[in-house]
Amino acid sequence: MSIDPAESSSVAAVNGAAGGVSSAKRAWQFFLPLAIFVALVWFLYRGLFLNPREVPSALINKPAPAFSLTKLHAPDQKFSPAEMKGKVWLLNVWGSWCASCRYEHPLLNDLAKQQVVPVVGFNWKDDPVAAKSWLIKYGDPYQLSVSDLDGRVAIDWGVYGAPETFVIDKAGLIRYKHTGPIDAKVLNETLLPLIRDLKTAS
Amino acid sequence: MRPSSGEIVDKYKTLTSMDIFSGFALKKPAEWRVWFSVVFRLVRSTLATAAACMAGAAFFLASASVVSSAANAQVQTPEASLPSPAVAKRLKTLESELRCLVCQNQTLADSPAGLAGDLRREVRLLVEQGKSDAEIKAFLRVRYGDFVLYKPPVDPKTYLLWFGPFGLLIIGGISGWLVARRRGLAAKASKHAGEVASTRDGSVPASTRQRAKALLDDDIADKEANR
Repeated sequence: MSIDPAESSSVAAVNGAAGGVSSAKRAWQFFLPLAIFVALVWFLYRGLFLNPREVPSALINKPAPAFSLTKLHAPDQKFSPAEMKGKVWLLNVWGSWCASCRYEHPLLNDLAKQQVVPVVGFNWKDDPVAAKSWLIKYGDPYQLSVSDLDGRVAIDWGVYGAPETFVIDKAGLIRYKHTGPIDAKVLNETLLPLIRDLKTAS
Repeated sequence: MRPSSGEIVDKYKTLTSMDIFSGFALKKPAEWRVWFSVVFRLVRSTLATAAACMAGAAFFLASASVVSSAANAQVQTPEASLPSPAVAKRLKTLESELRCLVCQNQTLADSPAGLAGDLRREVRLLVEQGKSDAEIKAFLRVRYGDFVLYKPPVDPKTYLLWFGPFGLLIIGGISGWLVARRRGLAAKASKHAGEVASTRDGSVPASTRQRAKALLDDDIADKEANR
């Protein structure tokens, strides 16, 4: 009664290997779908808090597009962004027809009172008379406003919905763009720290 | 239960059981009182629901309008003059390949938004200046980013978008094939095992069978010798 020892050991080896493969496989079968599920949930969760209307500006860290537009309050004078070289400033796109501009306007008025940063108003496709009376009614936080009557300069700036606010640094580069009304959170957590940083930068 | 109370008692029973269910029990109600309370609560809950719905709708509309009113409020200016047929044809294809950034699921050609009108005017101007389609798209891409193109460009950032579905299809196909193969193998194996068990066909080499037979015979011989 003899059993070939080589044969018996090879049988054991095959059994052992099969056992190892099946347990590793079982772990995969459990963790792979779990990982896919968790990833999917994470993406869906993130998606809940994204604003699809917010299109990132293509002009970040690019030179502010040049223009020469008439001033709202002095139609015989022109303004061009080159005049602001060496200063950190904001360009705020607004219109008297724009409902959400009214929402952010008190914040801009406060900003102007504190003289934190010069704000240039970009009066987009508006009737100058209506624009001026709107500023009288709600306050004028702007160092000056320019009128873009036909909206051509707005296209150069990638404007697609007022209000929009651009932050331009001393070198004349656009460093940030906020689309939609500014609220206290955006102002305190994003705009003001950025303006402070840009002002201290040489 | 006193039979003289009759109908009122029955109504009282059904209504109080309802009241208990809603966590509020009536005591000794006169008929008019019961009906009044039922009607009152019905009206009250209806009004509350309606008010909640209206508040929700108002909130939704208000938040939606804060986001979108701005750009939609502009008045579209009519295009000045009709373009020549050749230009019109090019404009039509170009405008259907460009996105309106206000009504984001519409092309420039379809969108009634003021900005779309401005962009159409700009595109027409560029076409009439003799710019190529690629140059016009580049013009808008510099200003509004890739989003302005209805068909996103193929670059490393959009590989997942372009090739992801095909990747999923391949993964699905491979795993489906693996599952099918494993099932086929399992079925074959069990069938095979059944055949071996029932017919004892030649899958076990004759020599092995002989050895096994010899071992068994030895065993039996040993046992009989030991007896």
